[in-house]
Amino acid sequence: MSTESRAAIFAAIRANRPNIQPPLPDVPFFDTNAPADLVPPFVEMLGKMGGSVLEAKDGDPIAALRAAITDKGIIATCVPELHGDPSLRIRAIRPDMAPTSLADVEIGVVRASFGVAETGTVCLTDDELIVNTSGFLPQHLIVLLDPKQIVANLHHAYNRPEMRSHNYAVFQTGPSATADIEGVLIHGAQGVRSLRVLFCPA
Amino acid sequence: MSQQQKPDTPAGRTNEGAPANLTHGAGASVTMPARGPEPQPRGAVIRGNHPIDQAEAAKRFMAAPEHLAMHDQRLWDLRQKRDRQKDQIEEWEELRQLASDIKTHTLTHLDTYLEMFEKNAKANGVHVHWAKDAAEHNAIVLEILRSKNAKRLIKSKSMLTEECGFREYAGEHGIEVVETDLGERIQQLDDEAPSHVVVPAVHKLRTDVAAVFARTMGTDPNDCEVTHLAEEQRDHTRPLILSADAGMTGCNYAVAETGSVVVCTNEGNADLSANTTGLHIVSAGIEKIIPKLEDAAVFVRMLSRSALGSPITQYTSHFRGPRKGGEMHIVFVDNGRTDRLGLEKFWTSLKCIRCGACMNTCPVFRRSGGLSYGATYAGPIGLIIDPTFNRHKYSTLPFSSTMNGSCTNVCPVKINIHEQIADWRRVLSENHEIPAFKKSMMKAAGMLLASPKLYRASLPVADSALRHLPRFIVYNRMNTWTRGREMPHVPKETFHQWYKKNRGKKGKKS
Repeated sequence: MSTESRAAIFAAIRANRPNIQPPLPDVPFFDTNAPADLVPPFVEMLGKMGGSVLEAKDGDPIAALRAAITDKGIIATCVPELHGDPSLRIRAIRPDMAPTSLADVEIGVVRASFGVAETGTVCLTDDELIVNTSGFLPQHLIVLLDPKQIVANLHHAYNRPEMRSHNYAVFQTGPSATADIEGVLIHGAQGVRSLRVLFCPA
Repeated sequence: MSQQQKPDTPAGRTNEGAPANLTHGAGASVTMPARGPEPQPRGAVIRGNHPIDQAEAAKRFMAAPEHLAMHDQRLWDLRQKRDRQKDQIEEWEELRQLASDIKTHTLTHLDTYLEMFEKNAKANGVHVHWAKDAAEHNAIVLEILRSKNAKRLIKSKSMLTEECGFREYAGEHGIEVVETDLGERIQQLDDEAPSHVVVPAVHKLRTDVAAVFARTMGTDPNDCEVTHLAEEQRDHTRPLILSADAGMTGCNYAVAETGSVVVCTNEGNADLSANTTGLHIVSAGIEKIIPKLEDAAVFVRMLSRSALGSPITQYTSHFRGPRKGGEMHIVFVDNGRTDRLGLEKFWTSLKCIRCGACMNTCPVFRRSGGLSYGATYAGPIGLIIDPTFNRHKYSTLPFSSTMNGSCTNVCPVKINIHEQIADWRRVLSENHEIPAFKKSMMKAAGMLLASPKLYRASLPVADSALRHLPRFIVYNRMNTWTRGREMPHVPKETFHQWYKKNRGKKGKKS
């Protein structure tokens, strides 16, 4: 029935579409006012969207990461900067793991391919997540981001090659949120309860 | 309900949830008084194919002062948040024009882009299906689920599946559907349709939600702390998500050049629904297609700003193919859309990106609630879409508007909503689909408005009548306009009388 319906739908479109030929407009980048340093606006927007920055003390982001995960329950790592270690309850995520096996994770550690200053967004792709549910089944998320990989706005974000090469890519902005009951903002609707960004060159 | 206690904390911008300075997502930017409990007014009475009596349902909504006040304040706050966001974007009006032009181009080349999408999606390993109506959509999805022996389906919010009545159909065929969006889940548990395209349970007080959860999940009916209610739902739904066999999402944009599907949520439930099981089914209206990734940027920049006054949804998810070891299907649905494409005055309604800005700004919607429209699509956009599904049943809806044009002003894709409402009134009256009483009133008004002389002669009489008539004549049952409204103060003279007196015949001051 799908094949017949396909033909019927296309025939109906061709019979009914308005008989005009307006061009497809080009979309500008709207970046003439973008600041040279995109880190401060990124950080400001991240905060407004409910996320925060995990500060690297003494310029050592990995030490800050270790401090943030110590004794915090089960940790899932998708990054080479943090190795799996069963004695510390750090689980290295492998591609053959079942998506639901991440349900008991307290903190997930992933790397973003890039950030977006306009909205404080990080882009997570299937390659970096290893198992896609690494991005939203853990209770909390720590995202490593190379400050050089921040683009000015969403026009630049959609121009990134990642958008054409990955089966799954999510622009994540702050934690999972809802305000479906009387506008009261809740962090951690079904996804992560908190999102921290750790600046860390790749 | 009667034994429920009054909430002891205000709602909206309070520190019971996220930090009080944050207003992203659908979060309120104002503190709202503690309201309720009060019995929840229900939506329009559906009587088969009989025209919906929206005014009757609206009257019941307005007779529930706690619900009315919360709903009105909450949606107006979203409108004001939207204004603050657009004021920060210098190119806002340019973006609106681009969005409108991209949609015009795409809709007039819809076959080309659907074919392009299909080719690219198939190359990415996605199965593409075509459904000419709701029944076919439901049958196709059921067949996919049965082929995988799937029994439990987790789902993110989708207006198209509401339009198709998919949840009921799936239930009748042995599939357990679990809505994962908090608002949608509340509505599912209460066996009620969503009242708003973006915030489905916005018409409910937290005491209503507490009552629904108590009834369906066994929680304490007196605990109406919003943080507790949200947490109960998370705890209750998570095991269902983890044990599901299949996932389903809607589609905000289908990008032709990459064959990818873009879904916007604040909760991350599209990601959960798509990635947790091995099967992801996407329901998409054929009008959701956009040509390029660069076009997606225009719509993503405007969607959440228009809808909620938030810069972006917390999750904007891009599905270009199945996850490793998984399967991905997309079902494209017509269900009246190709007919709409052929309606000269109304085809641009297909540009709609379902942001709900027209609902938030509409004085009728804010005071009557989305369920009063008795249709899948409520508010101004509903008034111009619903009659395309059923001209008789929804024939009264285009009259539920004050014609103030605010919907048109806030629409991110520049649909001339209020003009289409007026055009629908004319079409429906020509097709004898409007009640006799309204018709005789409109005929009289038409005669008056068609003749400048008659119109001018009538004005001082009408103004004078408004000044001198006793209240019970102006504010009577026949005059639906003055229900819930005060008439304006009447000027002593009309503009023409003033002009004649002060400027004389030649336009000079006498």
